[in-house]
Amino acid sequence: MSSIILTIQLIITPVVSPLFIGIVRKIKARLQNREGSSIFQPYKDLSKLFKKDEVVSKDASWIFKFSPYVIFSISLIIGASIPIFTNIFVNNLLSDLLVVIYLITLGTFFLVLSGIDIGGPFGGLGSSREMTLASLTEGGLLFSFMSLAFLSHSTNLFNISKNIYSQSIFSFTPIVLAFLAFIIAMLSETSRFPFDNPSTHLELTMIHEAMILEYSGKRLALMEWASANKFFIFLSLGANLFFPWGMYFSLGVASLLISFLLCFLKILTLAAFVAILESSIAKFRFFRLPDLLFTSFILSVIAISLIV
Amino acid sequence: MFKFLKKLILTQKTVIDFQKSECDEEILEVGKKIKEKIRKMFSGSLAIRAVDTGSSNACEQELTALSNCYYDVERFGIHFVASPRHADMLMVTGPVSRNMKEALIKTYEATPDPKIVVAVGNDAIDGGIFKGSYAVLDGVHNVIPVDFQIPGDPPSPKKILCHLLQILEIYDFKNKNLK
Amino acid sequence: MIDLLTTTNIFLFMLASWLVGALGSLIFCKNDSLAKKWGSSFAILGSIAGIICSYLVLVQNSVFSFYIYSSFPLLSFSFFIDKLSAFFIFIISLIALFSSIYSFGYVKHFYKKYNIGYLGFFYNIFLAGMVMVASAHNLLFFLIVWEIMSLSSYFLVIFENKEKENIKAGSLYFIMTHIGTAFIIVSFLLLYKGTGSMDFSIIKNNIGMISPFIRNIIFILSIIGFGTKAGIIPLHIWLPSAHPAAPSHVSSLMSGVMIKTGIYMIIRIFIGIMPIPPVWWGVVIIILGSISSLFGVLYALTEHDIKKLLAYHSIENIGIILIGLGSSMVFWSLNIMPLAILGLIASLFHTLNHAVFKSLLFLGAGSVVSETGTRNMEEYGGLIKYMPQTALFFLVGSMAISALPPFNGFFSEWMTFQSLFAGIGALSVSARWAFVFGAGSLVFTGGLAVMCFVKVFGSIFLARPRSEKIKEAKESSLSLHIGMGCLAFLTLFIGFFASKISNIISGVVKNLGSFSFSEMPFSASNFSIRMSDGFSSLSMPLILISLVLVFLVSYIIFSIITRNNKVKTGTTWDCGTTLTSRMEITATGFSRSIISIFSGILKPTKQIDVKYQDENIKYFQKSKTVELGVRNIYQIYFYRPIKIFFIRISDKVKKVQGGNINAYILYIFLMLLLVLFISIM
Repeated sequence: MSSIILTIQLIITPVVSPLFIGIVRKIKARLQNREGSSIFQPYKDLSKLFKKDEVVSKDASWIFKFSPYVIFSISLIIGASIPIFTNIFVNNLLSDLLVVIYLITLGTFFLVLSGIDIGGPFGGLGSSREMTLASLTEGGLLFSFMSLAFLSHSTNLFNISKNIYSQSIFSFTPIVLAFLAFIIAMLSETSRFPFDNPSTHLELTMIHEAMILEYSGKRLALMEWASANKFFIFLSLGANLFFPWGMYFSLGVASLLISFLLCFLKILTLAAFVAILESSIAKFRFFRLPDLLFTSFILSVIAISLIV
Repeated sequence: MFKFLKKLILTQKTVIDFQKSECDEEILEVGKKIKEKIRKMFSGSLAIRAVDTGSSNACEQELTALSNCYYDVERFGIHFVASPRHADMLMVTGPVSRNMKEALIKTYEATPDPKIVVAVGNDAIDGGIFKGSYAVLDGVHNVIPVDFQIPGDPPSPKKILCHLLQILEIYDFKNKNLK
Repeated sequence: MIDLLTTTNIFLFMLASWLVGALGSLIFCKNDSLAKKWGSSFAILGSIAGIICSYLVLVQNSVFSFYIYSSFPLLSFSFFIDKLSAFFIFIISLIALFSSIYSFGYVKHFYKKYNIGYLGFFYNIFLAGMVMVASAHNLLFFLIVWEIMSLSSYFLVIFENKEKENIKAGSLYFIMTHIGTAFIIVSFLLLYKGTGSMDFSIIKNNIGMISPFIRNIIFILSIIGFGTKAGIIPLHIWLPSAHPAAPSHVSSLMSGVMIKTGIYMIIRIFIGIMPIPPVWWGVVIIILGSISSLFGVLYALTEHDIKKLLAYHSIENIGIILIGLGSSMVFWSLNIMPLAILGLIASLFHTLNHAVFKSLLFLGAGSVVSETGTRNMEEYGGLIKYMPQTALFFLVGSMAISALPPFNGFFSEWMTFQSLFAGIGALSVSARWAFVFGAGSLVFTGGLAVMCFVKVFGSIFLARPRSEKIKEAKESSLSLHIGMGCLAFLTLFIGFFASKISNIISGVVKNLGSFSFSEMPFSASNFSIRMSDGFSSLSMPLILISLVLVFLVSYIIFSIITRNNKVKTGTTWDCGTTLTSRMEITATGFSRSIISIFSGILKPTKQIDVKYQDENIKYFQKSKTVELGVRNIYQIYFYRPIKIFFIRISDKVKKVQGGNINAYILYIFLMLLLVLFISIM
């Protein structure tokens, strides 16, 4: 049974993540009074991209050619190591929170290098902005996870979600503060409003999109898929670490299905929140963003001071 | 904030219902016969890159109107992209001025195969009101191979949408028999 | 008994081979090639002997000592190799081995321009000096070999004496290191006066005779003294000038190993010799370490001279080592022994890791600089096509220093984080905030270091060449490849076997006396490491294996799915214009945003110089030069006031020596009266 769950955990992230991108786009379209594409549109986009040929610049080196595979594999590994719908992998040695955060940084490293690699005018600019934000986001992200780790006396993500489940009402405030800090860090890492517009066409406003402007065909599909995976990973971390009610510890089929459904609903709520946020506020000016990231850091430090 | 959200949710739907049977014009297919293999490829999702080669911007306004909440081209799986590397279709407007000839060729070469080139508007088809001028090259087909043409100066969004859907139909082998 | 003799003999053989190498290359200085071969071969021989000797001590537990006494203080040697010394000798020999292999090919660039004999002489003396510093057991002998090490490295810094800035860098280095030595001498004198002996073991036994107040003074003086060698902010100003000035294989030694000797002595005095310290010692070290790491990486972001940037990163990593060390001392003073061991293991592991990847980066930078003839990163670009293997090794080094899994840097930063987390969880209020500050600066340092190395690797190797001379660069020769490749492989190797190596280092820590009788903070098997209280666990081999496996599987699956697709080669998308190399991102442009964000700390400056077509009317501009820089706040606010203060005092004291003979006779007469007066009393 556990091997079946292990297999499911490995493939659920790439299978389900485009669906959530589609859901976010649909909600945004509805709020703009349009009908929007169907929620399965990203799957169609990906399958079309896999059938297309590629054009690769002659200035590209092996880093450009291999980065999509590296970034995609990293998103798969992280997806397999985090609690998505079940808590039973307590001994998973890859689920340490520092490992997850540094693997995300490894993915960003290769993404940024491939943006610089082709030597175009837009890739370098996107890489510079992405690294400026990513270096400042790590602080808020790590510290918000740390506050949870101190509450549950473990840095293993599965242990954290298990122990937060049984916390008293007095730890509500630090969890909420840490969640706010996490939301800000999540919006930054997944290139959503107010940090970056994922559907912009103006290169001067792009951050994540600028680095993948040169990709085409299957490599573009892998980059978009990896970005969708990252979004899903952050959604499920937010839903399952901070509000772990509904995750089941037993291995019966019925309880697994119920926990699957509940987790899906939680992640859906979080995705809807992101979509509504994107429809209500504007993208911030670039030099206002570090203030937001430092705010997230300070919120987590306050949360830690309330716990220890 | 909540007043704003309430307004968003309570506004009536304005998207025009669009059936393929409303289209009265026949599509102008000038390119080579499309291969069987790529017929099914673009039926679910099409990425368009608009190239302006010195037009009067009238066609661009109509192309922009395609993404608004009346025509909403996104519900058919079509979306506009920023980079030609991501694109499947190039919608070229304008009569190709001399300065944009090189740029148009580079854009064409930067788009990966298989691709479709559509000349939108009378200017792009044969020069339109600028025909014969020393500054233009009289139509996109003189520079890059064109597959489809959409006539009009400028063609209304409804007409562009109609032609786009018919192009998609040519690529959607499955639904052709059901029409 | 046989073991003991053999280890001592190997140690003496190592020193002897370096001495022979030094003298020989000086004798053969007329023949460049022979001098290089002689000097480098004996350096390699000595390094191998050093590795064997330290390995025997570390793994087989054969601690040894070696004394020669004589009536001349300058001729009495006193060596004592316990596990801590052996660990540092291992690091020194390891890096020396690969730097010497590298120098076989690299020194060819100096033929006919400079005297290779002097290079070989001072290089071997430098190696011998560093090893003797790590093994000295007597205060006076230590000062002698410390001076030998500093002097030989000074001569190596000014080796390329035709460049004016190298001489200036050498003078600054000379002055700063002697200021540090002065502070060390004063603290050593206090130690000697308090305990009555110069030998480390006797001092350790008698340390109770020194009052806590004098111990605090010794702490402050030693931190300043050894901190000058290690490069703690604000005593670091010699590092960014001196390390770039030296030849690259020497820079790698200086940056990777020599500054660690300062750390070694800090550990030796404060953990090996002193008894339980007060809490504020550890807190001060943590705060100094946090500031050094954060400021080091911020200054590195402003640089576009590649070796200066790497020198600033050494300051950053010394900061990280000090954070681990400080947390260990805080836990020790609060008697939480397992966590003290954890902090010290994290600090020592990072010492090893930093030595490996920093020297790899300096060797890579050296091959790039010698092939292209310039140190300015703005003129590089696209070198990955001309120097692919160097690019690969440099990429491995960049990933290791940015603490990315699966390389070794990630493991030591993970361990430093664990000791900081444990401190936040277990301590009382006042000390806890130092740990929070340390953790915060460590996480920002990690993020900014990734950014800096993306900038470095991207500007040097990726995109297109930004100047003409880059296009003539060729791949470096075999010996350079062997030196860099072995170090790159070592980063992966250490990362893979991290748990096992942390077991060996825990043996080093337990050998230090104060920590012998406590339980271990973690249990490390071959495969994974787990904290004893269940707080965290990690498995480095699993990360590497899963990354490689998933990459291969996804590559194969997607290649099979898309096997019918074609890949065409085109030009970079440039919006239809002609693409020039001026359209790429530059190193300065890459980091300008982060410099604006941190402008309060960095104080960026901008100088604009405009030339007009007509100087009288000043309407149409002919050319505009913009110079972006960073204000040197240490010179302005710290060193210049001190300098002015001392000059003012000197001016006043100068009046005493007026040149008037009658005044001098008066002074002699007054002193005579004073002495008679005192002797009567």
